[in-house]
Amino acid sequence: MLKITNLHAKIGEKEILKGLNLEVKAGEVHAIMGPNGAGKSTLASVLAGREDYEVTDGTVEFFGKDLLELAPEERAAEGVFLAFQYPVEIPGVSTTNFLKTAVNEIRKYRGEEPMDAVNFLKMFKQKMAYVNIDQSLLNRALNEGFSGGEKKRNEIFQMAVLEPKLAILDETDSGLDIDALRIVAEGVNKLKTPENATIVVTHYQRLLDYIVPDFVHVLYKGRIVKSGTKELALELEERGYDWIKEELGETV
Amino acid sequence: MNNTNLKEQLLADFQQFEGKLNGQAQTPFHQVRQQAIQTFNELGFPTIKHEEWKYSNVKNLVNQGFEFNAVSSFSQEDVNQLDIPNLEGNILYFINGVYNAELSVVVSPESELQILSLADAIKQQPELVAQNINKNSDIEVNAFTALNTAFAQHGIFIHVPAGKVVEQPVILRFISDARQANVASQPRNLIVIGKRAEVQVAEAFRSLGDNQCFTNAVTEFVVAEEANVHYYKIQNESDNAYHIGTTSVYQEGKSVFTANTVTANGGFVRNNLNIKIDGEYAEANMFGLYIPNGKQHIDNHTAVDHAKPNSNSNELYKGILKDKSTGVFNGKIFVREDAQKTNAFQSCKNVLVSADATMNTKPQLEIWADDVKCSHGTTTGQLNTDALFYMQARGISKEAARSLLMLAFAQDVIDKMEIPAIKAYLEELIVGKIYNS
Repeated sequence: MLKITNLHAKIGEKEILKGLNLEVKAGEVHAIMGPNGAGKSTLASVLAGREDYEVTDGTVEFFGKDLLELAPEERAAEGVFLAFQYPVEIPGVSTTNFLKTAVNEIRKYRGEEPMDAVNFLKMFKQKMAYVNIDQSLLNRALNEGFSGGEKKRNEIFQMAVLEPKLAILDETDSGLDIDALRIVAEGVNKLKTPENATIVVTHYQRLLDYIVPDFVHVLYKGRIVKSGTKELALELEERGYDWIKEELGETV
Repeated sequence: MNNTNLKEQLLADFQQFEGKLNGQAQTPFHQVRQQAIQTFNELGFPTIKHEEWKYSNVKNLVNQGFEFNAVSSFSQEDVNQLDIPNLEGNILYFINGVYNAELSVVVSPESELQILSLADAIKQQPELVAQNINKNSDIEVNAFTALNTAFAQHGIFIHVPAGKVVEQPVILRFISDARQANVASQPRNLIVIGKRAEVQVAEAFRSLGDNQCFTNAVTEFVVAEEANVHYYKIQNESDNAYHIGTTSVYQEGKSVFTANTVTANGGFVRNNLNIKIDGEYAEANMFGLYIPNGKQHIDNHTAVDHAKPNSNSNELYKGILKDKSTGVFNGKIFVREDAQKTNAFQSCKNVLVSADATMNTKPQLEIWADDVKCSHGTTTGQLNTDALFYMQARGISKEAARSLLMLAFAQDVIDKMEIPAIKAYLEELIVGKIYNS
């Protein structure tokens, strides 16, 4: 599904990704872990197409297409979804109106007819029940005045509505208490199918108690320096990152 | 007509006009006229050296010739074409500045709403007119108001007697018919609202055709104690239209006056909104929205004068500026020595969606009282790039995301409008302008 080869990216003059390789297949859950400043959020932003980052080398293939050639909205329409670490507050636009626009823009991209109001509402109701989100939240302006938990839950709701092939969760656990974390993780797990894949970007292991990864990768200084299974996450939790730096021959 | 001097033309026109006034020349109002033409002569048209006109240059306007109050073939058929869908109420038409009773529809009973052309009111109700006209006028300093006053004739006089609640809105539709030639009009309206009366009044300006047109409008409201007035000024004129308009409001105690000024289109627009709060526990609300594109120029000058204690004013203006358009906002708040416990809030927010658009803002607070709450803030910025990316990441194209953000920005001012047909009409104009221009 996704094949990242030798990816280099910089912001301004600062190179952050320095030759990153990663392959994700349908049905898999990958966790990207790493210390602060390793480039975790950069990777998520580059995949979603944020303009602030400049890709200087490497390729990203998504179902055989060159993802880097596509505008952010085209990537979304192809099935890439980024759950934001800090969802943006947009006063004056209701979540409902926002998602209706998104759904129909994506349908237009795929050459499908726009969804009519009745079907949209039906689908909406279904997804609301699915991720356990309240109607009142959706009538309010998008993320405006939402608590941290509400914002993240809204991200998962949007994911449910848009049904992406690849979901990238960028530090979804940041700012969440354990109950909110569990609800968000439950939503992600419910949305899992053999056809889609998830990349969980996280600093801490605790989210991985709820969203169990098939693979765990350690991102350090812009590259993936170690890969393993979920046990690697537990080891990182226990021992921190220093031993990995030592393995790389760095003095700690 | 390039060498025409508008001032000379108007001074000569006044001589002729005066000669035709007959009986009206004996009314008390005639002295007001004579004083006004003299003031106009002394002031002359402002140049950009004038502080109040620094960013709005009328040079192109005053070097052109216009036919005032031109006869128009505007018919019922044209009315139907200009229809604001589902608009109900008292709808009065002014064609090139002249009230057209035939096209107009008055549905409210006379006990609620008294309507006379200004010329008839000057003759039939000379005292009522004299008592209320120029109650909060800028005639001494504004050449355009002086000019309008000198020629005041063809507007409307509206009186809502004390205690009456006018159920149906009063819509004044000003049509500049520039299909044949350059035309100009100077509507002058006087609206007197009695104690505890309530009314909604909308002024809607439209132009037809591609010739130049010039509107110099003055509308005055005198709002008695405990009265409640909801006022709309909506503008949708061509790029060849010049509009200079002053709305003057005089409020007594415990009255509420709410103004919504929405400029969808117009080549050169200058709106003055001057409110004097001359009583306690009164409230003035001023909301505005302007969306210029192309080379349109939209200037809003507002002034609220708190003369008595314990009153509130609240102001929110918003602008979205596209292409090479320019905007001006100047908001004055005066709090007089007597006006303790005044609350006055002012905010003006602008989004420049093009690198070539310009906005000039100037809040001006003059406070002589010491126990007051006043605040002001103006911002001019671009669309939020984080919000744009967030929307794009959900599949919304950049253009659609920009439009959605612009509409969201305008929404809180749109939501202030309470006449459904007018709100719907403006929403459609605004959406069209945001999405298609």
